[in-house]
Amino acid sequence: MKKLSKTAKSSLITYGIVVVAYLVCEILMKTGHMSSLMKGILVPLCIYAILAVSLNLTVGILGELSLGHAGFMCVGAFAGAVFSKCTAEIITVPGLRFVLALLIGIVCAGICGILIGIPVLRLKGDYLAIVTLAFGEIIKNLVNAIYFGIDKNGMHFSLKDSMSLGMEPDGVIIIKGAQGITGTPTDSNFTIGTILLLITLFIVIHLVHSRTGRAIMAIRDNRIAAESIGINITKYKILAFSVSAALAGAAGVLYAHNLSTLTALPKNFGYNMSIMILVFVVLGGIGSIRGSMIAAVVLTLLPELLRALNEYRMLIYAIVLIVIMIFTWSPGGIALRERYLPAKLFHKREKEVQ
Amino acid sequence: MKKLLSLAMAATLAFSVAACGSSDNTANNDSAAPEASTEDTTGDSSAAEDSSAAEDGSTAAAEGGVLKIGGIGPITGGAAVYGVAVMNAANMAVDEINAAGGINGMQVEFQFEDDEHDAEKSINAYNTLKDWGMQMLMGTVTSTPCTAVVNESAKDNMFHLTPSGSAVESIAQPNAFRVCFSDPNQGVASAQYIGENDIATKVAVIYDSSDVYSSGIYEKFAAEAANQGIEIVAQGAFTADNKTDFSQQLQAAKDAGAELVFLPIYYTEASIILKQAAGMNFEPIFFGCDGLDGLLAVENFDTSLAEGVMLLTPFAADAEDELTQKFVSAYKEAYGEIPNQFAADAYDAIYIIKAAAEQAGITADMSASDMCEAMKAAMTQVTVDGLTGEGITWDAEGEPSKSPKAVKITDGVYTAM
Repeated sequence: MKKLSKTAKSSLITYGIVVVAYLVCEILMKTGHMSSLMKGILVPLCIYAILAVSLNLTVGILGELSLGHAGFMCVGAFAGAVFSKCTAEIITVPGLRFVLALLIGIVCAGICGILIGIPVLRLKGDYLAIVTLAFGEIIKNLVNAIYFGIDKNGMHFSLKDSMSLGMEPDGVIIIKGAQGITGTPTDSNFTIGTILLLITLFIVIHLVHSRTGRAIMAIRDNRIAAESIGINITKYKILAFSVSAALAGAAGVLYAHNLSTLTALPKNFGYNMSIMILVFVVLGGIGSIRGSMIAAVVLTLLPELLRALNEYRMLIYAIVLIVIMIFTWSPGGIALRERYLPAKLFHKREKEVQ
Repeated sequence: MKKLLSLAMAATLAFSVAACGSSDNTANNDSAAPEASTEDTTGDSSAAEDSSAAEDGSTAAAEGGVLKIGGIGPITGGAAVYGVAVMNAANMAVDEINAAGGINGMQVEFQFEDDEHDAEKSINAYNTLKDWGMQMLMGTVTSTPCTAVVNESAKDNMFHLTPSGSAVESIAQPNAFRVCFSDPNQGVASAQYIGENDIATKVAVIYDSSDVYSSGIYEKFAAEAANQGIEIVAQGAFTADNKTDFSQQLQAAKDAGAELVFLPIYYTEASIILKQAAGMNFEPIFFGCDGLDGLLAVENFDTSLAEGVMLLTPFAADAEDELTQKFVSAYKEAYGEIPNQFAADAYDAIYIIKAAAEQAGITADMSASDMCEAMKAAMTQVTVDGLTGEGITWDAEGEPSKSPKAVKITDGVYTAM
């Protein structure tokens, strides 16, 4: 048997977890052993896992703080949903339509990432956090203000209200301000979600282990040293950040095609959502791709599985977050872990983290 | 070793998936066909726990089976006040019905799931209820989640009655009906009321452009205003992120010489608007929709400022009729607060389900899909006298037909006009 390198083995395990989880779910679904709740939550699990993995690229690998990941997701979601709704009659093959919507969502979110990255990533310090925070809120409010419709005269666009669009009676209003987009074809399913997650993992893992990835991590670890050996800092930073944004856009497209209604509420595309994704990344282990994926899955499932506890579930959720945080990050937790668990288990992970 | 850890994690993941799958083996009925024998026993015991008055009902339950009604709405988060009101009122109605012998001899079991006013969570709540064995859905409370859930319930052909999901799309499917007015309906009705009663011709509108309810009403109001000879002289939009200062919008309305300010918004913001308008000596007529219901209950709000405010609402807690009085006192006793319009909608919704189920002759051994077909037909035949309207009827689209009551606040109480 060919000896695999350590990194290759690690990434194979990551893919393996996804594939095994997918197969288990599919078998359970086929044999009718899966509850409706689980069936409904499978696609959101993929969405949050993609978001967490892609944010990890910015936070863990690039070492910059982004507080507007939900904003990029929002861009992708609305771009994809508008495309799908416009072409629902023209392209009747759901798979093809979804792939095109996906590409459009990815490109739009990626462009936003580049636009933000060009000025901000040239700076030192926490400016990216501030700007992305603002970006997320701006996008949310902008989307809530847009009215966009199509009739036989072409496209109509307004920031005021749907009357000012001046539409012909046969026209369709695609984005209706705060009422968002309704009637998007629900093209996404668990298989598509899993494939997207695998692609995301593939992109991120390969980026990290490539020459580019090493350059990015060199910038994170010591900017001056990286600069001194001739690494183009801004270029690599923008590259990592825009890839991360584009992947968030992909998650957004998946999100938009999972439900038939899409509105930009503070709940789904606001600041809280960005923090939520950041929580997945931090608790899964900053820099650990697999960890953020698992954290996203566990922390999304948890409130649903605790439904029986009614309002106490939020309390328990908070306690779980604190416990995981102590276990993963506090010096006491690390010491405890080393004493009672086989040290080898965590040895490498810590090295990754450093 | 690392591999072992990963395998263990994968196993845990798989196990958690399998665990929640297998626990629902018996209740996993996609068509929600109840297994009468097992459901009966569980129903009996929980009915006995739920309602103290179930003693005389328990024999009926054994004969007629159990009807499982699910409810969805926000009971945590920013919109929790609406969800909690709906949950409380629905529980009250269910207890009353069970004490009186149930629907067609069936005891009613009601379970309410939280959706945090989020479409995605709402779908999860719906699926959870389906696993529980829900046969009819009374929800969801807020519009956007309702629009998402209605597509799912249509796929399952589950009867769906929303107490307060007012957006047009919320009941776009044939299986869905609603208790409240739709947003366009309220906007049109408001414009017509103002126009027909010659209340004002120069109108200013202050609305929340980031809110589905508010912008929905505003659009239809503006469209209908033109037909009624009403001129909209100023329009001030605000968003959920800046709803603490309205002096700018009020100043614009004042400068434009508005005789009436239309407020298709919720009462919290309206109380601030009234306070600020009084501060700048701007005294137009204020006119609102059902969202203003609850204005007098705002903490630290000087109710004299609300003097003369008109609103179109299907429900006023101070109404004189016996049904409302009974409901309000029972609700107050049980939950210690005055019920709002959402509570009234939910209370009506349960009784509407009762009326339609009796009309359709629903029995507990029917599948959810058969029930839905029977209920769909029955809904267009029944006439219900409820808290939110008398002689309410439904068309096949699911829209209720009832006339809004216009009320005016005088001396700190709602009085009918």
